[in-house]
Amino acid sequence: MPIFSYLALPREGARETLRAELSSLEYCQIIPADNKDLFVLVTDTPDEDIERALQKKLKNIDSLQSLSLTFGCDDQD
Amino acid sequence: MKLDRRQFIKQAAISSAFATAGALFPGISFGDWSRLTQNSGIISWQKSPCRFCGTGCGVLVGVSDGRAVAVKGDPNCSVNKGLCCMKGYHSVQALYGKDRLTKALVRKNGTLVEVPIQEALDLIAQKLQETRDKYGKDSVAMYGSGQWTIPDGYVASKLFKGCLGTNNVEANARLCMASAVTGFMTSFGIDEPMGCYEDIDHANVFITWGNNMAEMHPVLFSRMLAQRKNRTDVKIIDFATRNTRTSQAADKSIIFKPQTDLAVANAICYEIIKNDWVNWNFVNDHVSFHKGKTNIGYGTEDHFAFTDKAESISFEDFEIFLEDYTPEKVEKISGVAAKDIKYLASVYGDPTVKVTSFWCMGMNQHTRGTWINNLVYNIHLLVGKISTPGNSPFSLTGQPSACGTVREVGTLTHALPHGVVMNEHDREMAAKIWEVPVENIDPKPTYHTVEMFRALDRGDIRFMWIQVTNPMVTMPNLRRYRDGALKEDRFVVVSDVYPTPTTDIADVILPAAMWIEQEGLYGNSERRTQHFDQIVDPPGEAMSDTWQIIEVARRLGFEKQFPWAESEYIEKIWEEYRLFHAGPKHEMAPYTLLTQRSGVQWPFVNGKETRWRFNPKHDPACTNGKDFDFYGKKDNRAWIWARPYEPAAESPDAEYNFWLNTGRVLEHWHTGSMTRRVPVLHNAVPSAYVEIHPEDAAELGVVNGEKVKIISRRGEITMPAQINGRGVPVRGMVFVPFFDESYLINEVTLDAFCPISKQPDYKKCAVRLEKV
Repeated sequence: MPIFSYLALPREGARETLRAELSSLEYCQIIPADNKDLFVLVTDTPDEDIERALQKKLKNIDSLQSLSLTFGCDDQD
Repeated sequence: MKLDRRQFIKQAAISSAFATAGALFPGISFGDWSRLTQNSGIISWQKSPCRFCGTGCGVLVGVSDGRAVAVKGDPNCSVNKGLCCMKGYHSVQALYGKDRLTKALVRKNGTLVEVPIQEALDLIAQKLQETRDKYGKDSVAMYGSGQWTIPDGYVASKLFKGCLGTNNVEANARLCMASAVTGFMTSFGIDEPMGCYEDIDHANVFITWGNNMAEMHPVLFSRMLAQRKNRTDVKIIDFATRNTRTSQAADKSIIFKPQTDLAVANAICYEIIKNDWVNWNFVNDHVSFHKGKTNIGYGTEDHFAFTDKAESISFEDFEIFLEDYTPEKVEKISGVAAKDIKYLASVYGDPTVKVTSFWCMGMNQHTRGTWINNLVYNIHLLVGKISTPGNSPFSLTGQPSACGTVREVGTLTHALPHGVVMNEHDREMAAKIWEVPVENIDPKPTYHTVEMFRALDRGDIRFMWIQVTNPMVTMPNLRRYRDGALKEDRFVVVSDVYPTPTTDIADVILPAAMWIEQEGLYGNSERRTQHFDQIVDPPGEAMSDTWQIIEVARRLGFEKQFPWAESEYIEKIWEEYRLFHAGPKHEMAPYTLLTQRSGVQWPFVNGKETRWRFNPKHDPACTNGKDFDFYGKKDNRAWIWARPYEPAAESPDAEYNFWLNTGRVLEHWHTGSMTRRVPVLHNAVPSAYVEIHPEDAAELGVVNGEKVKIISRRGEITMPAQINGRGVPVRGMVFVPFFDESYLINEVTLDAFCPISKQPDYKKCAVRLEKV
């Protein structure tokens, strides 16, 4: 049952596109910064298979320039 | 709603992301998050100033199920813009140490026993009254703190000065910023900085004068680093007696011999004048020149008294005075290369460069603390770099309300909430607001802090109530004052949140509510008043320090002066206190506004905060029609002082051949009574140590971690050596942090003080070392 948090940077001019794409993904919560083109992304998936599938989807988002991991916890309980 | 384990982990994930974002993008804000989380029901967030240093960072405290569980920087607070330091992030854990004091304790037959708090308050009132009756009004004293809330200090002053008629009110801020006050008063006639933290966003050069900001004011230092990263024309110059993390991060590090900052500051002025970098328009319109007494002593003897006398001098007299301070002469005194002195002068003297000077304990804990404050102002005044964005001589404070409570409320022996006890008009104002006969307020100050503890030792004081501070760790020449407090027929009350060496000497211990367990207000270094609500309940019978004083005051018959209900007393006290500061020079914001904002700067006039005082573009108190108005002095000018270099009270000699310097570390708050109970902070720096230069350590035959005995004329202490740690002293100096009560370094230090400010010098005394 992994929980991760990331800093998600959009490609130039793609802030709103990235917001929409991340918001549409299941198991994802985003917190936009007020004064920078940056999102905090928190993922909370029920098992490793779903986590792997989500990672794959994240890698395929064109509006996403970079994703930096800031926290990780795989809570087996 | 209760926070389950998974939700808690998710909160930690979010907090971690915020912290990383804050480090990468200083000033980044996630303001909407607080609104979203309020709606989610997971965790509620409420604003507060941080509990610890004088920076006054705004924090958001996350509460779940009645318990404070998380902290994040408040993006709406302009001080820190969402940043926190490691103490701030872990601050709420300090509420929940296993040994919190939750019951009152009274010493009976030598043993502390639990009693109901009302019984303890009865005993305090009875003992206070008996002591007054037997020994006179000046035999009872209150010793408070720059960690007192504003209401705490206000009711203490009202009870002791207004009702009991004694000026025996002091606070530990005497130990940390009294020289800053006397520096402001002698140079400008009015206390507290003219600038604000926004200066950081405008300055090109930051000069830290004996000020390890990287550890002591880390959020402000981060803001400086961010400016250097984002702009190409920003430099940091560290001017210090020891290599620290600030030196390591600076563009240039200049080391001087202890006490010789006085000579270097004068040499900078000499160079500015010699090269005609003086801003003549500014000096001619806004500055006057003065000198005071010299060879003024060090206060090491009981009943030491000193009063300075100002004499006007001309610019030419000042120029002649400075002839003793050529860079070449000062190089021999200070160890600072003449070319470095000339470089510093050229930075201050360059009209295209905006300079902010920061200082804190290095300049204030100094036997010539008032003088060195004056001398740095001299530099800024000669070149006119003051009271404009980015040009700021900026005295930082160490405690969250040293300014708000001690300096503004006036919880020092000579002070009142407005003005001083010596001034008839100020006494009349206090008597009117407090509804006491004016004769109650004694026109003579009594004891400053060091002398107050000497009076306790001598028996001139027999009853002392200590709140929110730990003098049995922090007093210099500690052994004398601890032995004095333990003498027969002394009665000591201590209000605190944890057991400390000070509660060890108490006859009564009152459990105190801590920080957000009560409503309160602090005032930070940039004239910002910061309100916080009671966010969680205090444990057991713990009670706010304000309410403890009110309870005792009522028992002593002062119900009329302390009439407030428990549901509204903070608001009522604030609105009464505001009356003292009415007017454009110090108008304070109303209570309702303070509850809404993450701090409001005074003077707050016509709904507007004042960023830069003495500048009519920003300060509504300016009335002279000129480009600056230094309205604190009767001549409407800022004063430049001719103050010489004089040596320290005690310097190394053949027998005691090392300087001892003491101070703080990033992870711990002052004496560590709170932060040592936070596991992360305690584990980061679990015990104190003595920093030794590697070559001195080699000569002693000491390696890292080996025990060293530090011996002075007053005492000795044995502790582990740290070599090439985070701080590296110069040869011939050792440094010891004072956060660890297992190693009471103040048994070694000297109780010499600045004769004007009465602030002790914790940075300089002579010791010798022995390998154990």
